[in-house]
Amino acid sequence: MNETVNRSSAETSLDRRAALQGSRLEWLARMVEIRRVEENVQTLYNDGHIRGSTHLSNGQEAVSVGIAVAARPTDMVTCTYRGHGTALALGVSPEGVLGEICGRSIGCIGGVGGSMHLGDTTVGLFPTFAIVGAGVPVAAGAALTAWVRGTDDASIAIFGDGSTNIGAFHETLNMAGIFKLPVVFVCENNLYGEYTRINLSTPVENIADRAASYGMPGVAVDGQDVDEVIAAVQAALDRARAGDGPTLLEMKTYRYSGHSRADPGTYRPDGELDAWKQRDPIDILRQRLLESGDATDQEIADLDVRVEERVAQAVASVLASPAPDVAEMLRHVTATTG
Amino acid sequence: MTTTQPTKLRVRQAVLQALHDELESDPDVIVMGEDIATAGGAFKCTEGLVDTFGPRRVIDTPISEMGFLGAAVGAAATGLKPVVEMMFVEFIGVALDQLTTEASRLRYLSRGQVTVPLVVRASAGAGLGFGCQHSQMLDYWFRGVGGLKVCVASNAQNAYGLLRAAIRDPDPVVVLEPRILYGERQDVVLGEEGIVPLGEARLVAAGDDVTIVTAGAMVSVAEQAAPLMSGTSCEIIDLQTLVPWDKRAVVDSVSRTGRLVVVEEGPFTGGWSNDVAAHVSAELFGSLRTPVLRITCPDVPVPHSTELERRFLPSPEYVAEQTTQLIENGRTPSPWWAREEKAL
Repeated sequence: MNETVNRSSAETSLDRRAALQGSRLEWLARMVEIRRVEENVQTLYNDGHIRGSTHLSNGQEAVSVGIAVAARPTDMVTCTYRGHGTALALGVSPEGVLGEICGRSIGCIGGVGGSMHLGDTTVGLFPTFAIVGAGVPVAAGAALTAWVRGTDDASIAIFGDGSTNIGAFHETLNMAGIFKLPVVFVCENNLYGEYTRINLSTPVENIADRAASYGMPGVAVDGQDVDEVIAAVQAALDRARAGDGPTLLEMKTYRYSGHSRADPGTYRPDGELDAWKQRDPIDILRQRLLESGDATDQEIADLDVRVEERVAQAVASVLASPAPDVAEMLRHVTATTG
Repeated sequence: MTTTQPTKLRVRQAVLQALHDELESDPDVIVMGEDIATAGGAFKCTEGLVDTFGPRRVIDTPISEMGFLGAAVGAAATGLKPVVEMMFVEFIGVALDQLTTEASRLRYLSRGQVTVPLVVRASAGAGLGFGCQHSQMLDYWFRGVGGLKVCVASNAQNAYGLLRAAIRDPDPVVVLEPRILYGERQDVVLGEEGIVPLGEARLVAAGDDVTIVTAGAMVSVAEQAAPLMSGTSCEIIDLQTLVPWDKRAVVDSVSRTGRLVVVEEGPFTGGWSNDVAAHVSAELFGSLRTPVLRITCPDVPVPHSTELERRFLPSPEYVAEQTTQLIENGRTPSPWWAREEKAL
């Protein structure tokens, strides 16, 4: 094992999370890492290493990284099955994510979960929820704990636009509004609920408008701009910690892929994807760092190489990782099977 | 305070006392549900708790089962021990995802990082004329899930003791309280001595000729049936916990009596009595003196009319008649509805 591998395997999820506080260049690195990991998901699937479904979040990287920068690792986060980006951003390693997707023992939950169930509570990530809307009340419950105990913890529910048509969303926002729970509701509005465009499923253009029914602010945010995401999430978290209650944030974003591996996304109008790619979150941040002088062309080129190598190394580790032991299937069902 | 001196309490008062005692002894315990704080609960199982423990530990929720059950899951997963009241167990239907698909899976999906010490207590069962949407046991919605425990109270003592054990359990537990029993007044041992461990059956009556395994409101039906069977000595076992159920106690008993009758308030199809029957038949095949008899309700909605609902539920007379026929004929008698259905 070479030195790079040793260094990376000693790096914890919490270390990876802390790295985001270092520099804006690290935000870019993490966003590029998410993009590269998801590109590898496609390759690994083509090569027969992935079973079941996968739901890519390419195009939405600024939302994932922005949340991870603004939140504390102790703020509990619930997220959907489109969670590769969130997991990596919050700190789960590329091995943890890709290993889980491939059902290997190196996966973040040992391969028993798969793509839709990534988690690591050391960085506040509940196992991601594969039922649309299910994580929304659970995040409010984490906020309820802070509310009961009087701590300044807050929680974040990340969900898609499709979730906002599910009862759990409305019940939870209503309840969070009543009790002024310290929770931030982050809707990733990528315009499609599974295969259906939002205008066919939702009678309001802005999801943020739905907040008005529940006595909380609703804010529409440019989800392609990581600086905008960070500012909005930070303000909402501050408000939550101050006891002023929840906020609904609508991140206007886009997924470049279809709903899942099985979906080529052909229902999208011509030109829509290309238009969104003109506002690619990675390009926007890269450009901004260059223009502001926060990074040079060379530093960005080095970053790309570093991330490329890191992800390649993760893929190699995953492919070398054994399947989980059969006994793992019987463990952790109840306390007595721990 | 620990006392072994019994106190006379109604079943609903025993529930209230259990909640009080756990709220008092553990600051992480909270109680949530519809009308449970200010109004004291539809069945008065939470009366006065908000006055003692305040509105952040005894929480009135909107009529939003998925919202507040889900919030309880999240609260449990982050360190609290929420006790959620479902006023009628049917109301959990709109929130089932949170229990069966989320709460029961978080330990598994986090490899033990996340535990969900959640209790859902619900009034359940027939006998009060509430009709078919407010009278079921519905334990079958929870039993096969894995990761959930399920228990049923049958008297004031285990209404108290099972609930306290459930609140202390590190996993999600459903506690069903047959609401027909809420007004029953019985001796209860309070304190640590009164706690009823999950997974342990209770010997209600010792006997030699037949083992009657039952739970919930059917325990007293079995007790009333026994003296109607002259010359038959009945051993009666109250399972108390349906998941995980006490296989050893049941097998030990039937290995002595040689006969098993399971009396269940529940459907013929999918009832827990099937699991008991299958397990005992497999374990004791060859030494059983008669086939296993299951006495259940028919596979129909619970009727409202007093006369129909009385027939719907196994009665002491019916249990005695079926059990006597089993012993006399050596084979299982048909259920009453089989005769009625032929006439349709």
